Amino acid sequence: MPFLKVEGLSKTYAGATVPVFENLHFGVERGEFVCIIGHSGCGKTTILNVLAGLEEASAGLVFMDQRQIDGPSLDRGVVFQSHALMPWLSVLGNVAFAVRSRYPDLKREEINSHARRYIEMVGLAGAEANKPAELSGGMKQRVGIARAFAIEPKMLLLDEPFGALDALTRGVIQDELLRICADTHQTVFMITHDVDEAILLADKILLMSNGPRARIAEIVCNTMPKSRTRASMHHDPQFYKIRNHLVDFLVNRSRLIASGAADQLSERSGDFAPPMVSPGLAANEPAPEISAVAAPVAAERAA
Amino acid sequence: MNSLNLRAALLSLVILLTVLGAWHAATRPRPSAAVSTQDSEYAKLMGKSADSGKTTGFPTPAQMGETAWKHLSNPFYDNGPNDKGIGIQLAWSLGRVGLGFLIAAIVAVPLGFLIGMSPLLSRALNPFIQVLKPISPLAWMPIALYTIKDSSVSGIFVIFICSIWPMLINTAFGVASVRRDWLNVAKTLEVSPLRKAFLVILPAAAPTILTGMRISMGIAWLVIVAAEMLVGGTGIGYFVWNEWNNLSLTNVIFAILVIGVVGMLLDLLFGRLQKMVTYVE
Repeated sequence: MPFLKVEGLSKTYAGATVPVFENLHFGVERGEFVCIIGHSGCGKTTILNVLAGLEEASAGLVFMDQRQIDGPSLDRGVVFQSHALMPWLSVLGNVAFAVRSRYPDLKREEINSHARRYIEMVGLAGAEANKPAELSGGMKQRVGIARAFAIEPKMLLLDEPFGALDALTRGVIQDELLRICADTHQTVFMITHDVDEAILLADKILLMSNGPRARIAEIVCNTMPKSRTRASMHHDPQFYKIRNHLVDFLVNRSRLIASGAADQLSERSGDFAPPMVSPGLAANEPAPEISAVAAPVAAERAA
Repeated sequence: MNSLNLRAALLSLVILLTVLGAWHAATRPRPSAAVSTQDSEYAKLMGKSADSGKTTGFPTPAQMGETAWKHLSNPFYDNGPNDKGIGIQLAWSLGRVGLGFLIAAIVAVPLGFLIGMSPLLSRALNPFIQVLKPISPLAWMPIALYTIKDSSVSGIFVIFICSIWPMLINTAFGVASVRRDWLNVAKTLEVSPLRKAFLVILPAAAPTILTGMRISMGIAWLVIVAAEMLVGGTGIGYFVWNEWNNLSLTNVIFAILVIGVVGMLLDLLFGRLQKMVTYVE
């Protein structure tokens, strides 16, 4: 049994007739970094909220560490899309608030030094006394990451944490997140809209079809070496195969699956488990299929 | 910016001087040239000198200044129930306002918390609040006097009843509109309800609560004057009424100015407090 196991998860909002997503089955192994990609409205944030225990699913079960998730817990750290820092607390105050919640018996100095260690880890040493309003968007998100890591959760849930950041800042923080996760062997579940981000960070990428009635259509294994970096990964021949596969899915196939194909998909495979694919290891695909997405890619390569 | 402040101050000064000038011109004694000898004899008979001319009865700025100086140089004298220094009267009023306001805050803030957190309570209590809120606090006075049977406590009750509503409504609103994100953070951190109330909801709602307190204090200071006129005995409101009965307009005007200045200071104080708890998002 995987570390995190999702079985038959569905969510229908009150008043709606069709579920946003239904029959989700997937697992996350300990120490694995899993990204979920899909168009807006397919319920990604709802899935994450269910995993966090902030929302209830209409049907289905979620197990973590062989125990059912039925509410929020300090075992799962959440980094919110909008950083969700408390503006009346300093950087240190925000992180220390989380630390005190996790370790209520620690003394004040111990809490502060614990919090400082995580603030340092995200590269914000020296900004402890600042209020969130005095920080840039990237720095705020780092505080959010430090706060989530500081409670030393068994699993980290990231809701599109870099969505609001500019490309440069995003790159820097991605690198940092990659380093921290490698150091701490953290299990991570992350929502993203950015294909390159997913390839850089994730071991497994869940592809969601369009909502309503969204499904996990496919699980893509990232077969690139763990040592990949943002600076060099595009030189790996696997990179474009995976990237093309993902872009192709988002542009064409996610829509097709939405229009009823998902039902057949699940009926065919009796156990509902989405197919696992490794496009990085596939032999070179036939030319016409690539050409649709290869053109912009070629332009990027030239640039 | 600085030059703007300077120019504004200059303009304020000009307006003040114009008003004082107009006041002086309107109230200065007029030498009446057309007074006949008969009239002046009559005036003498009545114990008035004819040369002094006619006054309007309304004090001149100079007389005002003299009275103000007299009051301010000795604010705490006490010559019996009808002759006390302005400082003592103010202290009475401020004491009543402070006590009534404090009791109102002790009731309104926790109750507002409950209403803000519970949509059920909010809807259930809303009709009562909507009906009670627009009642003039002085309308409660007869009931207060009848039930409490103590005029001084009745004054405090009137302050209580008028300052409770803005605080209650603002606290409920502030608590109800705390950002979902912060509450979610508290949830995922398994923060206990008490800790959540004091460390997340209270600081998040504090600016709105303080706004309610500021409005309440403003209303309380308006109402105390009227209440003390009714109840009598002590306080700045009673002072105004007493000096009106003495036909001493100078003292009445002086008291009005003092009421204005103290009201401004109270508002400044709450403005300062508000600034302390306000956060930038």
